[in-house]
Amino acid sequence: MTPQSLIVILYKKYSIFVKGGTMKTREEIVKDFPQSQDYILEILHALQDNNPYNYLTPEDISVCAQYLNLPYSYVEGVASFYSMFSLKPRGKFIIRLCDSPPCHLVGSESLLEYLKKKLGVEIGETTKDKLFTLEVTSCLGVCAVAPAIMINDEVYGNLNPEKLDKILEEKRGEL
Amino acid sequence: MTIPRSHVLISVDANSIIAGVKSVESALIEELRKRNLDKEISVIETGTLGIIGKGVVMVVYPEGVFYGNVKVEDIPELVEEHFIKGRPLKRLIIEATPPTFISREEVGLTKKQTRIVLKNSGVINPESIEEYIAVGGFSALAKALTEMSPEDVILEVKNSGLRGRGGAGFPTGLKWEFTRKSKGDEKYILCNADEGEPGTFKDRLILEGDPYRIVEGMALAGYAIGAKVGYIYIRGEYKLSIERMQKAIETARNYGLLGENILGTNFSFDIYIRKGAGAYICGEETALIESLEGKRGIPRIKPPYPVAKGLWEKPTSVNNVETLANIPDIILNGSQWFRQFGTEKCPGTKVYTILGNIINAGLIEVEMGTTLREIIFQYGGGIQDGKKFKCALVGGAAGAFLGEEMLDVKMDFDNLREYAAVLGSGAILVMNESACIVDMMKSILHFFKHESCGRCTPCRVGTKKLVDIIEKFAHLEGSEEELEEMEKISLVMRDTSFCPLGQSVYLPVSSALKYFKDEFISHSKEKYCVAGRCKEKKVLVEKI
Repeated sequence: MTPQSLIVILYKKYSIFVKGGTMKTREEIVKDFPQSQDYILEILHALQDNNPYNYLTPEDISVCAQYLNLPYSYVEGVASFYSMFSLKPRGKFIIRLCDSPPCHLVGSESLLEYLKKKLGVEIGETTKDKLFTLEVTSCLGVCAVAPAIMINDEVYGNLNPEKLDKILEEKRGEL
Repeated sequence: MTIPRSHVLISVDANSIIAGVKSVESALIEELRKRNLDKEISVIETGTLGIIGKGVVMVVYPEGVFYGNVKVEDIPELVEEHFIKGRPLKRLIIEATPPTFISREEVGLTKKQTRIVLKNSGVINPESIEEYIAVGGFSALAKALTEMSPEDVILEVKNSGLRGRGGAGFPTGLKWEFTRKSKGDEKYILCNADEGEPGTFKDRLILEGDPYRIVEGMALAGYAIGAKVGYIYIRGEYKLSIERMQKAIETARNYGLLGENILGTNFSFDIYIRKGAGAYICGEETALIESLEGKRGIPRIKPPYPVAKGLWEKPTSVNNVETLANIPDIILNGSQWFRQFGTEKCPGTKVYTILGNIINAGLIEVEMGTTLREIIFQYGGGIQDGKKFKCALVGGAAGAFLGEEMLDVKMDFDNLREYAAVLGSGAILVMNESACIVDMMKSILHFFKHESCGRCTPCRVGTKKLVDIIEKFAHLEGSEEELEEMEKISLVMRDTSFCPLGQSVYLPVSSALKYFKDEFISHSKEKYCVAGRCKEKKVLVEKI
């Protein structure tokens, strides 16, 4: 069994999040934060970062809502407003392609078409092997190396289809 | 203690991390150790050197030699040539003078640049509070706390004429005075680091290059308005900025520069970071406040303004990163000193990010009133591939297209407004003759449609309608009537939208139509696109 599949089993069966050598339940994750509404984004970030499928489940929303003493609908409303949060399962790697004017000027649109074809998905969809989710983001602030993408926390610039192929292969190799 | 004979400053910022700076740095340290040079040559991480798009960039002092595109495999040769044989490695030297040449010796182009905000960026180690203090850091705070009353601080900032660098250009001293005079015991200072304007990354590089400057600027602002707590709202995508800022705040606390009774005075102040989650609208001050309170980032009705009722209904001053970065020097050197830079109505400097079809893309800090021509051709090195200048989009997606006849306008908040343009966030996207305006407009309008929060009808419906029209032109369709419709919709949005997001769509639309109407028409009538990007729709043949 690979470490990744163990993480998934722990998560699915026992709701235990494994990250950076620690194992925590949802309740333990939220307890790291003060019980105050202004920490809602921080809490949602923490819950989502710990989910192997990179999204917020109904249980996540509900634990956050109970902890902050807010209605479920309210927390869901906040989560759905911000584009960094997802309410449906995503791949292990989230590809965020920048399509703001500086990247557009140097051809981000053709990269998007290339990625769509290569992965066989539309914007917002996840590949069948649950590895990659394709998203479009606003400016990543690395315009000098446009066109750029962000995969999870890492940013890649000066891209063309060949470089993209190499990056995707590298990511597959990380598993 | 041995004093090193040379210092190598490596720029560690978002751009160089992409280029693999960390492995280059450790290879260099390892190579120097192998050759017993590690005591003679000191390797220091620093913020941006202002040279972007040239991979891993480093500068060797005291010679002041800049190297670019340094790879791990170049390191043995570099050490051999430069540090053992004493001759700079020519093939890696950055030949074209970079837009921002930072050197204390005033060599190269820096003498033409006036640096206040970026003074320490690329000079000191941004993670070291000792280095910040060594170059005069926190002496402005000490001066204010021991020699000046909060009213004195406000007066100094008012006299300096400093105006908000987030784009609106509101006088900072006045904002602070309003906040101070508003009734209430609890007050807040918010640093707006939710930098989302396309093509802008100045705040990111200020936060990464000189985080203690922001700590000091916020403490001074807190002292002036009477706040005990400050918040920095940073974009969730800016991982390195968040880490560096967090570390700076913790270190400052350990040094007693944040917390209770700072420097033995009665002033107590602390700073907390809040992470955004990907919403352009949260750069608008009231939306930012809503988000900070843990709500959907939807703008509030103004008035009441934040200075009267802001965070948790308490008086709040929201200031941009670049604005706060100016404060320590104004307090230390006085308003008269600050006024010698820039124009009469807009004193000081402005940080610009220059991008697009330009030779030297990057970050520069120049005096207010510098012309677009100087910025593009002097600092930016001119247009790539010997092509002709077509236009520049100044101020990000919410900015205006400026054509050739605007190259000599002195750029500051007021002058640009006279020409129906804005300084905005200071993003300058340069386009050459083979760029297609319709294609650029398409990107801008899709951006606004995506970022519209959906609260008010003009913006929600208007952005959708504008996208529909521009898509027609992008497929070589459309008509002149639809162009008029486009301008009309954006005009209605300007006059009736709830917040600046919807209001600002008018600028790019009207300026594009003013300078490049013919190009739109040639798309629809002659089916011609200069860039060849806009193509007719493929007709799908259904299978029988």
